[in-house]
Amino acid sequence: MSTIINTRPDFAAIARWIPQGASVLDLGCGDGSLLRYLAEARQVRGYGVEIADDNIVACIKNGVNVIQSNLESGLSGFEDHAFDYVVLSQTLQATRHTEPLVREMLRVGHEGIVSFPNFGYWKARLNVLRGHMPVSDVLPYQWYDTPNVHLCTLDDFEMFCDKYQISILERRVMTEGNEVHLLPNLLGATAMYRFKRA
Amino acid sequence: MNTSVGIVSAQRAHFDTPFTLKSGAVLPHYDLVYETYGTLNADKSNAILICHALSGHHHVAGVYADEPKNLGWWDNMVGPGKPLDTDKFFVIGLNNLGGCHGSTGPSSQNPATGHPYGAAFPVLTVEDWVESQARLADWLGIWQFAAIVGGSLGGMQALQWSLSYPERARHVLVIAAAPKLTAQNIAFNDVARNAILTDPDFHGGDYYQHHTVPKRGLRLARMLGHITYLSDDAMANKFGRELRHGKVNYGYDIEFQIESYLRYQGDKFAGYFDANTYMLMTKALDYFDPAHDFEHDLNRAFARAQANFLVVSFSTDWRFAPERSREIADALLHNRRNVSYAEIASAHGHDSFLMEDAQYMAVMHAYLERVAEELK
Repeated sequence: MSTIINTRPDFAAIARWIPQGASVLDLGCGDGSLLRYLAEARQVRGYGVEIADDNIVACIKNGVNVIQSNLESGLSGFEDHAFDYVVLSQTLQATRHTEPLVREMLRVGHEGIVSFPNFGYWKARLNVLRGHMPVSDVLPYQWYDTPNVHLCTLDDFEMFCDKYQISILERRVMTEGNEVHLLPNLLGATAMYRFKRA
Repeated sequence: MNTSVGIVSAQRAHFDTPFTLKSGAVLPHYDLVYETYGTLNADKSNAILICHALSGHHHVAGVYADEPKNLGWWDNMVGPGKPLDTDKFFVIGLNNLGGCHGSTGPSSQNPATGHPYGAAFPVLTVEDWVESQARLADWLGIWQFAAIVGGSLGGMQALQWSLSYPERARHVLVIAAAPKLTAQNIAFNDVARNAILTDPDFHGGDYYQHHTVPKRGLRLARMLGHITYLSDDAMANKFGRELRHGKVNYGYDIEFQIESYLRYQGDKFAGYFDANTYMLMTKALDYFDPAHDFEHDLNRAFARAQANFLVVSFSTDWRFAPERSREIADALLHNRRNVSYAEIASAHGHDSFLMEDAQYMAVMHAYLERVAEELK
């Protein structure tokens, strides 16, 4: 196998939430690394959705099922409750129509899983306090070239869920690969949520 | 690096077992003409079948010794190091039954009369073609194909393979196809057929005995078809409103370059293609509808499928639009088949599937490399 799997720290965390043999739809699946990881670690039957041409080729090389489609136009081809889990990993903050997409996730999947960089992380706050947009390993872009349009904090996401009748089933917060329990909205760099329709 | 299969030659398989078609008609015996590229491996697991579209045939790649310029119609896809890599795969191209390039068709001799079949040649369906291709596979000693590949009407055959013989293809590549034609698509085919039917030289399909061919009708049919295979943008870019002689003449001669191009294409096609075959091919397109027997539920139709699938469409293809390919992908996904779907951004309309495009080639390469890896 020539392609190297990109194992991000949130992959293992997401995999822990997904039981053996589950069906998974990964939105914005990139090169298919997560799905390949899930297929190997959890025997998951998965499909990815991607828009970028080079990622389609990468997914095929990775042996990952991928459907080329624009997430922003919804998940219209996918049937109701077709998947056990719909995953949006490190993509939520880059979606334009965020609320409709989260709604679509819970139409197509029984449960949703998202991971995103926490804008409330102390380093991000410090950057803003110093008068600059945050740039870090989880937020690697300059303000002028970032794909991120809907950044949020843990508290913001939880308020969003509350407003749109989404019940959070589980949350994990991580910084540099370690789990954060104390003051997560301040000390956590990456957030992961598992949720379903309330 | 040499990427051509080089000099090739056609072969012929004769079948004596009567063939009962979907329509109920029976062909007592028939021939299929085919070409092969690459080498069949010891366990006969590396064969790939290419199904052709409306005007295609068995000459898929390479050239003939006596016709060094007659390049196969999918030479950019088939050869050493190309997506259908002949260093790894044993690739088969055939001329479909009913064709006009050597396989038994309307211009072949009818054993009952001693004259060409003409109007007496039975109408064929995609299912019939798959059946005849399966008989060719048996004849070649190939039980299971590594992959079956086709574009347009060829894509429909590839798809039908996965339904008629689910266990005989490990991978199915469906390119620029549709699960059935729309009314608009059937309408285009009907206008094309009417152009032929109303040509006085058609003689009800028995023009061979009159030593004539319905060239005018076939030419019009091809011109219409050609318009629908290109995109508006491609035509605008290639021809625009460009005039042949720089100014208008207020007459009905060829003035715009597009007129000149279409007439040239029509004339060329009418010079070598058989009108009855054209009629038959368009009918097979119209009839294809695997969901028909399942209360029009494509999900149920594909429940039988076992292969792994690659579905490819082209953004400017309005004759077989991306949405139609996506229907195929969605029905396969419903049945939890392995399926990938790529929508190639291309300016060339339906004809894109025959053209060289970096992303299209990359997708085909990546997929077929994995098919090849499974052989090891």
